[in-house]
Amino acid sequence: MKAADFTLVRPTTLADALAALRAPEARVIAGGQSLAPMLNLRLARPETLVAVGTLPELAGASETVETITLGAGTTHAAIADGRTPDLPGGILARVAEGIAYRAIRNRGTIGGSLCHADPAADWPTVLSALGASVVVAGPAGTRTAALPGFIAGAFRVALDKGELVQAVRIPKPSAGSRWGYYKACRKPGEFAHAMAAVLIDGAVRRGVIGAVGGAPILLPDLSEATARTALEASGLDPMGRQMQVVAFRRALAMAGTGTGAGAGAGAEAGR
Amino acid sequence: MDVIEATGSGVGRRVPRKEDDRYLRGKGVFVGDIRLAGMQELAFVRSPVAHGILRAVRKAPGAEHAVFTAADLAGVSPIVANSGLPGFKPSAQPALAEGKVRHVGEAIAVCIAPTRAAAEDLAEQVEVEIEERPAVTDMLDARRPGAPRVHDHWTDNVFLETRTEADLSAIRARAAVTVRRHLRTARQCMSPMEGRGVVAEWDRRLEQLALHTSTQMPHIVRTGLAGCLGLKEDQVRIIAPDVGGGFGYKGILLPEEVVAGFLARHLGHPVRWIEDRREQLAGNANCREHDYDITAYADADGRLLAVDCQATVDSGAYSIYPFSACLEAAQVGSILPGPYMMEAFRCQTWSAATNKPGIVPYRGVARAGVCYAIESIVDDIAAAVGQEPYEVRLRNLVPPERMPFDNITNKHFDSGDYPACLRRVVAAIDVPSVRRRQAEATGPVRIGLGVSIFCEQAAHGTSVYYGWGIPMVPGYEQAVARLTPDGGLEVRVGIQSHGQGLETTLAQVAHQVLGVDIERIRVLHGDTGMTPYSTGTWGSRCMVMAGGAVATACKDLAERIRRIGAHLLQVPPDQALVQGGCVVSGQASIPVADVARTWYLRPQELPPDVSAGGLEVTSGYRTTRDTGTFSYAAHAAVVSVDTEMGEVRILDYAICEDGGVLVNPMIVDGQVIGGVAQGIGTALYEEMPFDANGQPLATTLADYMLPGATEVPMLRIDHMETPSPYTEFGQKGIGEGGAIGPPAAVANAVNDALRPLGARVDRLPITPHRVLEALLAAKIPLGNAPVGNVLT
Repeated sequence: MKAADFTLVRPTTLADALAALRAPEARVIAGGQSLAPMLNLRLARPETLVAVGTLPELAGASETVETITLGAGTTHAAIADGRTPDLPGGILARVAEGIAYRAIRNRGTIGGSLCHADPAADWPTVLSALGASVVVAGPAGTRTAALPGFIAGAFRVALDKGELVQAVRIPKPSAGSRWGYYKACRKPGEFAHAMAAVLIDGAVRRGVIGAVGGAPILLPDLSEATARTALEASGLDPMGRQMQVVAFRRALAMAGTGTGAGAGAGAEAGR
Repeated sequence: MDVIEATGSGVGRRVPRKEDDRYLRGKGVFVGDIRLAGMQELAFVRSPVAHGILRAVRKAPGAEHAVFTAADLAGVSPIVANSGLPGFKPSAQPALAEGKVRHVGEAIAVCIAPTRAAAEDLAEQVEVEIEERPAVTDMLDARRPGAPRVHDHWTDNVFLETRTEADLSAIRARAAVTVRRHLRTARQCMSPMEGRGVVAEWDRRLEQLALHTSTQMPHIVRTGLAGCLGLKEDQVRIIAPDVGGGFGYKGILLPEEVVAGFLARHLGHPVRWIEDRREQLAGNANCREHDYDITAYADADGRLLAVDCQATVDSGAYSIYPFSACLEAAQVGSILPGPYMMEAFRCQTWSAATNKPGIVPYRGVARAGVCYAIESIVDDIAAAVGQEPYEVRLRNLVPPERMPFDNITNKHFDSGDYPACLRRVVAAIDVPSVRRRQAEATGPVRIGLGVSIFCEQAAHGTSVYYGWGIPMVPGYEQAVARLTPDGGLEVRVGIQSHGQGLETTLAQVAHQVLGVDIERIRVLHGDTGMTPYSTGTWGSRCMVMAGGAVATACKDLAERIRRIGAHLLQVPPDQALVQGGCVVSGQASIPVADVARTWYLRPQELPPDVSAGGLEVTSGYRTTRDTGTFSYAAHAAVVSVDTEMGEVRILDYAICEDGGVLVNPMIVDGQVIGGVAQGIGTALYEEMPFDANGQPLATTLADYMLPGATEVPMLRIDHMETPSPYTEFGQKGIGEGGAIGPPAAVANAVNDALRPLGARVDRLPITPHRVLEALLAAKIPLGNAPVGNVLT
């Protein structure tokens, strides 16, 4: 379980990183918490790895009255520790502290998690429910791509050759908004096997189901029947669909009662 | 126990572990820490398919010298672990595959390079041509006529079939209760923190192979390895440095050890192979996979009349050295009755060959599955007669007044009070309070209570193992005790401490006998060049057998010390005794260190009739009866079951165990806790599934779920101490027990929670998926929603 040979490039500016990404079979690495095991298993075999985790253009966070912007290199730990701006009720911190284990949170990044697009990961589902978008830097300049469309499927995102995610932009829900997030894992920190996020904010009533084997499912409304119908096409067996429906029901209940984030394994659902 | 010991370091004391200083400071030396000059790394080419004809292996062009296949291993014999039980079919496990591959991960070729990464690069370039055959992946399918054969020259896929016969017709006619279950336990991967690893070096001067390997039985590896390599045994030295956990996974002679041993000699420079997690999970030996079709007959009071069982064990493709492919299933046939009395017992077992890695005994051997089977069926009896499960057990347990007791399969229970043990754990878990909470829990989260009780044969010797006829039979256990010139004590044993704290507990035993300061006692193990022959560390035997051997050697040494000391004190030998690290006669005394100095450095002062053997003795020990000690324990678990999500949580867990006299109760607690953690893994998490083609599906630790800190609740441990009448201090083997009780206790608790809903899970591990599946099968509307609302 040792990686095949690759060339590691460590640019110091975004421009250099974008230049390096033009190399054939080049791939971005940030915290490496998903990519490094894939390299060791030789499931990923890039010729060139471009390390972007410490690029100044991908670091930092800012906020306006309406939006929070997090550099793509922001670690889960930084978010969990409250070192970055957060949404009302500490939504982001509560999600981040439930991601994997501390050692992984210390290095894993929000941008890396989105680009890796593991269906069982937290950010694709959560940020889809929050109506977030990503700032994409590429040879032709920067563009913005909205979630969930950016997540094209399991481990697939809508990035062109030579592009990388520079930042994540999250609109702030209003003060009266309601949020619920529930995930079920075999153990705290393991990959989730059911997950749902619900945002109720004025006219916005957004429900997202994740950990389904493909891109997160954006529900057209918040009824359980809709969730059930949407899951019919997920390929999950009856037990798997049941868990997803219950995760959705519980996320919805949290949003209804304003109890926020929760996780199935090891944490009380309504904490 | 007639032991008087005032220093706080002897038998029965909670002495902090001597070895922990180096472990906790990161100063241990494991195989992976060994660096030898000129050492090269090995990587294996492994079979990508479960079953097939090996047509060709093509080495990477230009790198032929660095790639070896079976054809290159001149003079190497396959690993053969036969059993003397009638009807056993032998298998030959080649060091590198020849002719056929029989499981995914089987080694086909080995590549050598300065780094592991480069060796893996080479391995990728080796082309393997395999004509795939249908794989046998299920043990019951394997037994069916017409199944593809794992070993072509066999007539079926059964290593061994055993029968314990009894005529049950009369019992069947009068039994008020008949209950039957089909149960299955998952195939598991033993997962010590340190995997396997080998560093092999050929010593030209000594004409000897020095093989550093992470093993729990160095002497047995030496015997087996010498045989495979065609070397004389004195040409092989096995060194096990610090070993990071074993549990049975390191009680195996590995093909990789054979290959590394051959290459070190052939190439003339050291080679190293360090197992990675994928090799451990997808290629090497597994454990635990049992299938039970079990029926029990009882009277209207729940008194057991008979048990009738057909048990199959998925033994995998090869009989693993030295325990063989049949130990597990044959043991099922002899230990299934558990701690209970019954009138009749019938059992048929099969050790089925499949296209999966071989299985080996894992902590508790067959008992974790057996306890799950018998304790599940006892719960069914309780349900049938409408009594608390523990009440039915109390009616059937062997009572203390009948100890020692020969049970229905002629197991000789040495001592104990099984009913008292169960009553204590029942009191600890507070059954009335749990039943109240259970009645109040009417929502989606239900509460369940489960108990289990078992007894465990340990440290069994010649008379038991002779009958199995496997490559090793334990006899006398030996130890060397010797004083150094400055009065330190060296104790040398052939067993291996791989986390159990034996460097401490054996020092406690030596201290108990000689009184030498425990800081000055050094326990040496893990090197065939330094220690007396031993079958090693397995079967919870070390504290009984090596403990007894160390005590015996120290007593023999004490006699030598006493005679010299008496001479120095100018008293007759019968007026002196060894006590507290001194030779004492009345008010006069002389330290053992002075006696040592006299023997080594001032021989002119020795008595004329001194033993020429000096202050070094090798002594052998066996228990006064070698049918084994029987430690026992009762476990009780309270769980919650989320019937919407299928999640199980352990809310409370209590244990009462009796390991006889405990040499170090703190270490025993640690053993129980670690064992229970593994038992919880068996109950709720660990499973290596295979697809229909024999592909292993949990090949990383993201897929193979091990319990961690958050899955193991605070355990409440209560001790009883009934001495064994057959051992040195009354101690019993206790190392494995923790892993045996949890699958039964947790499964019974889950099923207790599900019973009002008419659902039951009959398969381990109990995953959320299986809980929901059971509710679905019981036509329970999942999630308490109206019928048909959720799943349609």
